[in-house]
Parts: sequence; C-alpha cells; structure tokens
Amino acid sequence: MKLQLESIRNAAKDLLEKVSSKQELEAVRIKFLGKKGELTLILRQMGSLHPEERPKMGSLANEVREYIEAIIEKKTEEIEASERESRIKAETIDVTVPGILHPLGHRHPLSIVLDEVKEIFLGMGFKIATGPEIEWDYYNFEALNIPKNHPARDTQDTFYITDNMLLRTQTSPVQIRVMEHSQPPIRIIAPGRVYRSDAIDATHSPLFHQIEGLVVDKGVTMGDLKGILMQFAQRMYGDNTKIRLRPHHFPFTEPSCEMDVSCFRCGGAGCPMCKNEGWIEILGAGMVHPKVLENGGINPDIYSGYAFGVGLERLTLFKYSIDDMRLFFENDLKFLTQF
Amino acid sequence: MLLSGRWLKDYTNPGVSQKIFMDAMTASGSKVEGFSTEGEELENIVVGKIQKLERHPNSDRLWICSVDIGKSEPIVIVTGAQNLKIGDYVPVALDNSTVFGGKKIKKDFLRGVESAGMLCSLEELGLTLHDFPYAISDGIFVLGDDCDKTLGKDIREAIGLNDVVTEFEITPNRPDCLSIFGLAREAAATFEKKLKAPKTDLVSTSGYVNELLSVSIEAPNKCFRYCGAVVNNVRIKPSPLWMRERLRASGVRAINNIVDITNFVMLEMGQPMHAFDLKFVEGSSIIVRCAREGEAIITLDGISRPLDSSMLVIADNNKPIAVAGVMGGEFSGIMDDSATIVFESACFDDVSVRKTSKKLGLRTESSSRFEKGLDRELCDTALRRALVLVQQLDAGDVVGGIIDCYPRKKETTVIPFKPDWTNRFIGIDVSKTEQINILEKLQFKIENDRIYVPSFREDVKHLADISEEIARYYGYENISDRELSGKADGRLTEKQLFERKINELMVSLGACEVLTYSFLSPKAYDKILLPSDSKKRNSVIITNPLGEDTSVMRTTPLPSILDVLSRNFNNRNSEAFVYELSTVYIPRGNDALPDEAQVLTAGIYSSKANYYLLKGIVEELLNQLGIDNVSFNALADNPSYHPGRTAVISVKGEEIGIIGEIHPNVLVNYEIGMRCYAFEISFDALFKNALKTKTYKPLPKFPAATRDLALVCDKSIPVAKLSNIIKKAIGNQLEEIKLFDIYEGSQIPEDKKSVAFSLTMRSSDKTLTDAQADEAIKNALKELEIIGATLRI
Repeated sequence: MKLQLESIRNAAKDLLEKVSSKQELEAVRIKFLGKKGELTLILRQMGSLHPEERPKMGSLANEVREYIEAIIEKKTEEIEASERESRIKAETIDVTVPGILHPLGHRHPLSIVLDEVKEIFLGMGFKIATGPEIEWDYYNFEALNIPKNHPARDTQDTFYITDNMLLRTQTSPVQIRVMEHSQPPIRIIAPGRVYRSDAIDATHSPLFHQIEGLVVDKGVTMGDLKGILMQFAQRMYGDNTKIRLRPHHFPFTEPSCEMDVSCFRCGGAGCPMCKNEGWIEILGAGMVHPKVLENGGINPDIYSGYAFGVGLERLTLFKYSIDDMRLFFENDLKFLTQF
Repeated sequence: MLLSGRWLKDYTNPGVSQKIFMDAMTASGSKVEGFSTEGEELENIVVGKIQKLERHPNSDRLWICSVDIGKSEPIVIVTGAQNLKIGDYVPVALDNSTVFGGKKIKKDFLRGVESAGMLCSLEELGLTLHDFPYAISDGIFVLGDDCDKTLGKDIREAIGLNDVVTEFEITPNRPDCLSIFGLAREAAATFEKKLKAPKTDLVSTSGYVNELLSVSIEAPNKCFRYCGAVVNNVRIKPSPLWMRERLRASGVRAINNIVDITNFVMLEMGQPMHAFDLKFVEGSSIIVRCAREGEAIITLDGISRPLDSSMLVIADNNKPIAVAGVMGGEFSGIMDDSATIVFESACFDDVSVRKTSKKLGLRTESSSRFEKGLDRELCDTALRRALVLVQQLDAGDVVGGIIDCYPRKKETTVIPFKPDWTNRFIGIDVSKTEQINILEKLQFKIENDRIYVPSFREDVKHLADISEEIARYYGYENISDRELSGKADGRLTEKQLFERKINELMVSLGACEVLTYSFLSPKAYDKILLPSDSKKRNSVIITNPLGEDTSVMRTTPLPSILDVLSRNFNNRNSEAFVYELSTVYIPRGNDALPDEAQVLTAGIYSSKANYYLLKGIVEELLNQLGIDNVSFNALADNPSYHPGRTAVISVKGEEIGIIGEIHPNVLVNYEIGMRCYAFEISFDALFKNALKTKTYKPLPKFPAATRDLALVCDKSIPVAKLSNIIKKAIGNQLEEIKLFDIYEGSQIPEDKKSVAFSLTMRSSDKTLTDAQADEAIKNALKELEIIGATLRI
C-alpha cells in the first residue's frame, strides 16, 4: 500500500505539472481525490489493514492527499493568474475615445465673480445686505446728498416710475436703509441690480450690477478705507497687486476717491488692457459724508464711516477678458458654458 | 476740459515734464484723461521763401518755384497753386515729410521736372481759415507777419502749432476748474508755484455807461447779479494769433475779435459772457425777468421757441432778447456793422437755467456752465477782463464804468478750523501750520480758527470738505493704510445660504444659470397668451423707458426664460437647460414700493427632454432641500402651458409653483421649433418648507421584504392615486414604492392600463415573514379594488 500511495503521489505530481487549464486541473483532482478517485479508493481499503499498520498508512495517505491538494491549490492560483493575465491582454481599450459625459450646469460668470467678492468680504467680517430695486427718490438721491436738480443726477440717467419712485441707479440707497435699521458697528456689502437709461452697446447696459460697501464705527478713518481696499484688491488680483487712490467726487462721500489697481495683465508695465497706463480703474469710494450719516440716523460726532461701490460687470469683463457687455444678458449657452 | 499748456503758462509755470504734470495733477484731484500735441503728425515741414517763379514748360497750370529754405542752395518745387509771388514765405514739405492726415511726401517728377517736396495749404497743416483768417482756402498758406519767418524753421514752431493740450475730467462739484485760470490755481498749488492773475485794469475810458444803458432785475431769485458794459466804435476784425491759438487749443473756433473775447474770457475765467448789439435793445434798457405766458423768441440758431413763466429772459422794453444763460435771440449776435455793443456778465440760478435748458431741449456751453452753479463774485472781474481785452485788441472804445446790479450778495461760508478733527477723520498727522499752508495755497483764508471759503468754492460747506482739501494736497498715497480692526460678524443669513444651496443644486442638476433683464415689453404678456384681464398684466410701468421692449417691470419670469430658450434655439444650440432666480415686481400702488419676489424658474428643450425629465429634476431638487409632502396635480387652464401636460406643485396642500410643457401656441410666438418644458417655483415657499435641520435615522437592522405588484385599472386613474392608496394601506412598513412599468395595449382591455410597482417593506423591530408581507399586499389590494384597480393576472 505504501508503494501504491507513493506511486499515486508521483503520478499526481507528474500530471499536475502538465495541466494548463482549470478543466484539466479539475480532471486530475477527480482522478485522485474524487469520490471514485485513486486515493479515495485506497483510503477505503484502510479497513482491511492490520490494526498496527493503519495509523501509519493513514497518516501517509493523508500526507499524500495534502500534498496533492497543496499542488492543486498552487496550480489553481497559477492558472487563475495566467488567465487574468491573458484576459487583461485581450481587453485593451482605446482610452482616447471620449468619456461618457455627465454634464453639470454652469453658474453665470457675473455670479461666479460676485461669489468671489462675497467670500472675500465675508472673510473680512462683512455681512451681506439687500435693498429694493424699485426705490424711493429719497433713498436713491436725496438722503445721499443729491437733491432734485443736482447736476449729479445728470450723470445717472434715471428710469422713473412716478415722481418719487424710480429704479435705483446705484446700490448706495442700501447704505441709508442699513443705517436706519442698525446701530454701529456696521460692516456690510450690498450687491444688486441697478438701472440707468443707457442704450445697450458693448460697454453700456440699462441694467447692471453694483456691489456697495459700508463700514461705520467709532474712529473709522480713510486709512481704514485704504486698508480694506488694499485687502480686497490683493485677494481679488493677487498679493503683488498695488492700489492707487485718486481724488474724485461723489455727493455722498467726502473725501472721495477712485481706486485703480496695478494692471493684472502686465503688472503695471503697460499693455492694451490698461491702455498703457499700468493702472485699471476698479471702484469709487470715500468717507461717508457726515450729512449722509445723519440721514441714516447716525450721529456723525460719534461715528464715522467709509463706503465704496464696485461695478460687477467691470470686474467680470476684466477677469475673463470679455469685450462686450451684451454677452452677459444674451445668455447664449456657447458663452455661458465657458465658465 | 482742455488745458492749453501755452495758456496755462500765462498764469503759472509748473516747470515739470508733461508726465509729471499729469500724474501730479491727477493725484491732487484734477483727473487727467490724456494729452495731445498739436501738429504731432507733421514731420519735416519748414519755412521757405519763394525766390523764383517760372511757368512749367510742359504745363500751363504748374509753376516751378525756387525756394530758399535757409540751406546753401535753394530747392526746386513744382506746384499747381496760383496764389504765389516772389518773396512769399510758405510751408515747405521736404522730401520724406508727413502732412496732416498722415500723408507722406516724397521727391517726385511732375511732367518731367523733379520736385523736391510740396508747398502746403492750411488744410495740409490741419488748419482752417479760423486759425489764419488772412490765408486763402484754395492755395498755398502764405505766412503773415504774426509768424516766425526764420528760413528752415520747423513750421509748427513758426506758426505756433505746437501747443501741448491736456484733457481733464472735471467732476460736477468743481465748476471753478472748468476754466484755464481755475486749473492754473490748482496747478500752482500742486507745484507750489506763483499764480499770476489775468489783467483787469482798464487803461482809459470815455463817457459813462449809465447814459447809454439801464439794467433792472425783476427776478432776483433767478438772477443773482447782472453786470453790463458798453463798447463804442466797435472795430470788428480777426483776433491776434496769440488769442486764436489759445482758442484753437481749447477746441473753440476763432470768429472775430468781439466774439473771440467772449469765448476767451469764458474759457479763461469760467464766466459765460454774452455780447450783443445795442441798437437792437429797444429803449436801451435791459430787464431781467421771467418770460410772459405766450411769449416766444427766435434764438440765434434761427429756431422759434415758445417760452413760459418759469423761464428767465433778458428783455428790452418790448421783447425778450435772450434766454438767460442759455442762448441769445436772433438779433443779439455781433454783425459786421455793429457799432455799439453791450457785454453781459451775469450770474443766474443754476436750477432755473437747468430747467429752462431742459424744457427747451437746448443745451449750450453757457447753460451747462450755469447749471453747475457759478461764482457770482466773478461777474464784474470777468467783465473787466473782457474790456481790458477790447482795449488790448483795439476792438473798440470802452465806455466808462460798468453797470452792476447785485441784489443778492452771497455770504462767505465760514467753517471752524479744527486741524485735529481732520487728522482723526482722515487718519493722518498733519500739523496745523501745514494745514494752513495747504488751505492758503487754495485761497482759503484762516483767521482766529475760522476758515473763510473763497467764493468760487461753492462745494466747500463742511469740515469734511476741508478735510478733503487737506487730504488731497497731503497726498492720498501718503495716508498709511490700517489693518482691519474692530468687532465683526461676517456670515450669510439662513436665506442667503439657502439661495447658495439652490444655485449649487440647479447647477449639479445640469442647468446653466442665466441673468435676464427685469423689464420687458408689455407685448411679452401677449406672447405667453395671458388673457387681457389677467392680473399679471398689472405691471410697474417705467415712465421714461429706453424703448417699448424694456418698458414694464416683469410680473412673471416666464417670458424672460422663453426669450433665452428662443435665442439659444435660433443660435442653433441643439439643447438648452437654463435657470434663473428671477425677481418679479408686483405693484402695490403709488404709496408703497412694489413687492419684489424671487421665483426659481427653469426652462429646457432637448431631444431627450420631456415632462417627466423635468419633473424628476424638481423632485430631486425638493428632496435635496428636504421638502416632502409634495404633490403634483394636473392643471389644464394655465394659458401659457400645455393643458394636458402641466401640473401645479403643492407642498402640504399649499401651491408653490407650476411645471409643464410650454403651450405649442406660445412656442410659435417665440419661434422655438422644439417642445419646451418649464417650471416656476416661489423661492419664499421653498425656503419656508425646506427642512432646516436634518436628524439621523438609524440604519435598518432587519432584512426587507420585496414584492412586485402589477395592477390593472381605468386609464384615467392617476398613478399618484394608486400609490397613495398603497402607502396608506401598508403604512409605516412600506419603505419604498417604485413605479417600474405602465403598459397599455394587447392583453389589456382597451380602456384600461397596467401599472406595476415594486414595493420594499421593512419593520424596524423584527424580520418580516413572507406571510406578513403577503398580508400587507392583500390589504392594499382590498383598498385598490374600491377604485376598480385589480391585480393583473
């Protein structure tokens, strides 16, 4: 029996060495280890052995079985590995074929830039305020030091609803509304739609967006205004951005200024974008006129403040090098899907 | 505002380069827009003298000229001009020169004779007869005695065509800077240079003005001051070169000495002047009064203009002779035969001039200056200046004295001088002495800690205005910026966060955000088929719209979205899915501002789109926002939508919006050749119903039992009705119910349909047995039978 077992072992070893597929492997397994397999049959004869021989033969038979099983297992792994290998070889695909799209939508470029501006100011502790687009003359003009027949009304051609009701020409009326409803410290931006009766062309639109800013507190100075504008410019256009404040005039701020930033295309060296000036005008600002504070119910002897106003379209035109404002409101998807 | 560099130097000399001049002026508050140099494109043109003139042998029109240009040899130039004679000084464009318009001149042969260049006409130098009245228009410009006749000299220098003109943007608060002298004042302060005032001292006069003219002001609330003077024996002729070139650089054409003087003084001092012929002033008396109803005037431009009692006029005994501050009447001009003229230098109320000019639709240089509010102290100075110029130009004999009606003297503005306040307000540390120095440079007077504002600075009323003066001359660039300080609480409100979330969701659901105009044409309501009595037609109306198509504020966002779809369809975009958080404006009468409500609006066209696609998007949106208890109920009577493919969206029984296919007739109106689908949902309703805080539900511990349920029922029964019955019958154990098939056709009776659901049931505290699951289905079937829905066998 011992010889028989050993010959089974050798036979199995020889056969297994040659197998190359799972089917052949299974056939070998059945031949030796199956219900009617050679080793199974021998194990069945165990009962006829002398009781002293049984344990010896039993352990030898088990050894042979484990030996065969071990080879089968090893062989199985080998075959599976080689099968995977050949499958991998066979299933090369053309990775340059376009992917299966799951298109998302797009935010409007003006919204993308507005969100960017909001993030910058939220990070500096500003809240976001809103006001009505259809406004009283009082909030849009009179409370902002622009009485009826003031020449500044000329530069803002206004759409009127009634003698006293109009489409706001600026987001500045939100300043008054915020001051009326809150006490300093005030630190807000107020983005929104504004309207002026400008005929539509590449640089004009009867509807556009402004972002108003207002800070009122004790001891606020023009130095604070300069600081916040510098922060805004650098976060918007990069840490190397420089700003330049030029004296200007707005009826509701005094002193007033316009802010230029060093051209973000050429860095100030001069290029077509900045018309070779090295500077690009971005916004208007100033210290809130004491009379405007008073109109908002705030005592100018105790508090001071600054305000600024940015044109969203202008920021966006520059950001994406867009040359025609009409694109914003035509909403052609060939345009919108670029952002 | 154009500033002639030559003119500026009459009063102050900045003594810096043009670049530094512009930068420093901008920094001190006079914003420079740009600059130009006269004659910039002229190149290689010099003064020459005609030495010889000969007929061209091969032409009876051309001349061969020998021209001395100061070199050892004269040059030969062939010309077709007929106005030359020997000894004339002329502009010579040499070989390789450039004349006005960029035209290059080169040596050339003219009928066999070589011409070394070209002799120039005024036009070829970019000039007109206004600049050199003694020249002729169709010949060579022969230099007069007012030119520098040095041979070979650059023509620009020789004729004064070399001024550097700086353009300023003057803000409306600084009308005083709309003058050469005003800008000179700023320049002198900016560069700390001396400022020389224009001459206003008359030499000698004869007679007395009061004997020739009387003036009375009947409307002192509209005419603050009226100064008049008379000039006899007027000698109309061209002005001298120095005046003509200053006018030219300022963009004003020279006409004749008297007209030029009025323009010169207006530009120089900012005071509009008017000169008119005394013989047309009936009764030799000027009355400044309001027009009478029914009166009219023919203005200088020949147009008859009806006047009303709100308009101020300059009248004689019988009729208006000028609209005050706006324009003179037709006979008020200076004619060649004018012998005695009146100079008027007055100050009119800005608001009155503005209103009159608006009403007449007549805006002039004069009216636009008066509108800004002029310094009434300036009237007599400017008048004296004009008279000095009359004498200087020998334009007539000045009659002694001036008439000065000044019923309303302006009080000097006095502001307390508080240097510390300014330092605190601006955030600087400028000493009191330095502040005084800055203010005095700008002609403010400081005495006993009080600031006396000069009369030409009407804009300065408050300490904040004084601070601006200090700040701009201290230099905005020298104010040190401060880091952010103080308490702050920057965050979005719940509603703002919600808006952000909606935007994120719509984009992730595949929609592109659009921004559309808030106004539209009232015809848009017709295009979306709103009935004529629809409440939505009641819009906020713009009284002065740009045009009919932007004349009312929208009450519905649908036309805007359809416009976008239409534009994209017609721009051949094969599909479009767009959305907007649109504001609509609902009127609330004249005493209340309109309601401004936001509507989430979306529209789609695509070969793959249908009602269910868009509905799925709405369902996912509402699900993500945590809005449940949503129902969609068929709506057949919205005129803009397809009657069989539209639903009202409700949450807990409250309507929040509409979804459906756009009515085919509406699509025709918008020229869209594909089916479109849209929804409109109230933003406020979404916000109100959204789940604000989410609570975790434990994950299931026990396995689910699933059953498919195929039903047969009447075609008319909505699927939602079936699923609601099933939900109600099974109750809490029903975890999910999914529709997986709707079938009509063979094997099903004609008026019936088959609806198949897949149900998932689960208990939170035990494993459901088959028997329990079957029992639940049986209960559901029992309820379904009531409406005639049975198990499909």
